[in-house]
Amino acid sequence: MIVSQPDQKGHYGPYGGRFVPEVLMSPLEELEKAYEEARHDQAFLAELDDLLANYAGRPTPLYHARRLSETLGGAKLYLKREDLLHTGAHKINNALGQALLARRMGKKRIIAETGAGQHGVATATVCALFGLDCVVYMGTEDMRRQQLNVFRMRLLGAKVVGVDAGSRTLKDAISEAMRDWVTNVSTTHYLLGSALGAHPYPLMVRDFQTVIGRETHRQVLECEGRLPDVIFACVGGGSNAIGMFHPFLQDSRVRLIGVEAGGRGEALGEHAARFSGGRPGVLHGCLSYLLQNDDGQVALTHSVSAGLDYASVGPEHAHLRDKGRAEYVRASDQEAIDAAQVLSRMEGIIPALESAHAVAEAIACAPEAAGQIFIINLSGRGDKDTDIYREHIPELNRDADEDR
Amino acid sequence: MSSIATGTQGGSRISRLFAQLRADGRRGLIAYITAGDPCPDRTPALVAALEHGGADLIELGVPFSDPIADGPVIQRASERALRAGTTLPSVLGIAARIRAQSNIPLLLFTYLNPVMRYGLEALARDAVRHGIDGCLLTDLSVEEADAYVPVMRKQNLDTVFLAAPTSTPRRLELVSRYSSGFVYLVSRMGVTGERSSLSEAVEPLVRAMRAATDLPLAVGFGISTPDQAAQIGRLADAVVVGSAFVRTIEQNMDRPALEAQLEAQARALKDGLRKGAA
Repeated sequence: MIVSQPDQKGHYGPYGGRFVPEVLMSPLEELEKAYEEARHDQAFLAELDDLLANYAGRPTPLYHARRLSETLGGAKLYLKREDLLHTGAHKINNALGQALLARRMGKKRIIAETGAGQHGVATATVCALFGLDCVVYMGTEDMRRQQLNVFRMRLLGAKVVGVDAGSRTLKDAISEAMRDWVTNVSTTHYLLGSALGAHPYPLMVRDFQTVIGRETHRQVLECEGRLPDVIFACVGGGSNAIGMFHPFLQDSRVRLIGVEAGGRGEALGEHAARFSGGRPGVLHGCLSYLLQNDDGQVALTHSVSAGLDYASVGPEHAHLRDKGRAEYVRASDQEAIDAAQVLSRMEGIIPALESAHAVAEAIACAPEAAGQIFIINLSGRGDKDTDIYREHIPELNRDADEDR
Repeated sequence: MSSIATGTQGGSRISRLFAQLRADGRRGLIAYITAGDPCPDRTPALVAALEHGGADLIELGVPFSDPIADGPVIQRASERALRAGTTLPSVLGIAARIRAQSNIPLLLFTYLNPVMRYGLEALARDAVRHGIDGCLLTDLSVEEADAYVPVMRKQNLDTVFLAAPTSTPRRLELVSRYSSGFVYLVSRMGVTGERSSLSEAVEPLVRAMRAATDLPLAVGFGISTPDQAAQIGRLADAVVVGSAFVRTIEQNMDRPALEAQLEAQARALKDGLRKGAA
């Protein structure tokens, strides 16, 4: 049996920990203490449950994708519809939890990083809800790719700060958010959006996201009377995946498959597949698998999906991988785009590019899995990615004769 | 609790420096520069200029792709150094060239990941061989340092740790226990970079750290002018200046007068320290 709880110092096996400048150590200890108190406080949990239900829209459906299943002719596919949540992705689960915690700690200012913009939008949303100041750091390359989300954040009252360093993506946004936090930690809570960073973030973000897996566990037993055979989730930092996987860890017959961004090639810099292309290293406060060059410099990454475009991965995933409890595979940019088209046409559901990676792997495995139950965590919806889909599916941009 | 006594006999090059400073009633000037900025070949001459200007100890920064503790000036220096092909092995090569012409204490100042990639034991062995006297790993907390400290000490390398205004008494105690050579006090919350005034956090931090250790104390982050150095000199054993030197390098890297300018800048800071002590 796999026990996946961090030790006293936040280690999952050898991974995780707290690798930050001394300035942040006491604030992290305070955060850990506040979180420990909150997670055992019934009033805190009740308020969070109420917000998840009445503001975010939980529980989300576990939807049987009948046409897709029949067409593939193998496994019975279910979609966990996190894409139906308020703000369009699972990120709101964690943002609500941490915002409540920040309010409890008396912090009036929230900072966050964002890649695809989903976490930034979720953070801007909860800050509007609680009347907190909100600053979101975003790489300028990601701002270009996700203009709609940039505008949404501003509409919600957040300040979006472009980060023009390094690869101008998620990694650089996190670095800049950490620099802000180092400077303003007495007034500011860093609302980190993924299950990475220094302890207690990987634990806290995972806990706030396990509502996905707990609901799914209950729902699949209700509709099928048994647990699924395989669960698929995309893995950037890995918060939707760990939230889905964790409540199933004890059920050793349920295969857990994390799908990383295979990008456009095998070479370093062309993908964000940390488990096949990386090795253990330290970035942004934790030890995990890290894409890096021979000199220990963090490598640039590529994915068509900004939310998966990150050089490291949540430390608990690294541990589950080493223990063999979860498997990690990759789907390429093109496979994700193809899968998004299939899902759109078969089920009328346009997935986020990130989630499309999980869909791609499930579609690839399904024909050989007759009699099995697959669950795909559909972590986000594709509205934000419309421009990228347009760019990559040129044939749909041409006006056919019948449309004239 | 501190592991290395600060006597004049034996000890590391760093502890001998601080013993000498104490004996002379002087304050030390510690200069940080990013090794390999603007290119690896130039660093030894820049260090020599700082030493001629009066720097007592050199922090050689290893450039890193994601320097979360650094402000824009040192971020840009890291980018220049990386573009010029600087690696941890080449920084060791730079150290050896400095050591061939000078006895100034050298502290390797780096983020953890390049060291992990190089290998802890290999680095300790090679650092000594190349004339390095100690290491400071910015993002290595004392909680994660149990493997690191013995490996360094075995090679007689000093391990300098940071203490910060947020550090609790319990944490200052830990920092003291894991540190040797000196303790580096971060004067303010925030990243590296020049500031117009000194933080009010310095004095209480120095006092709290003195209560926890006999090790010498150096204060850095945000200190760039002779006046600020003089104020720090009244409190601590040494002052660390980094971004101000790095900015001088950035603004003058194409001018032949760069070395003379760095030397003059170091001398002005040293004069400030002298006045502060007087």
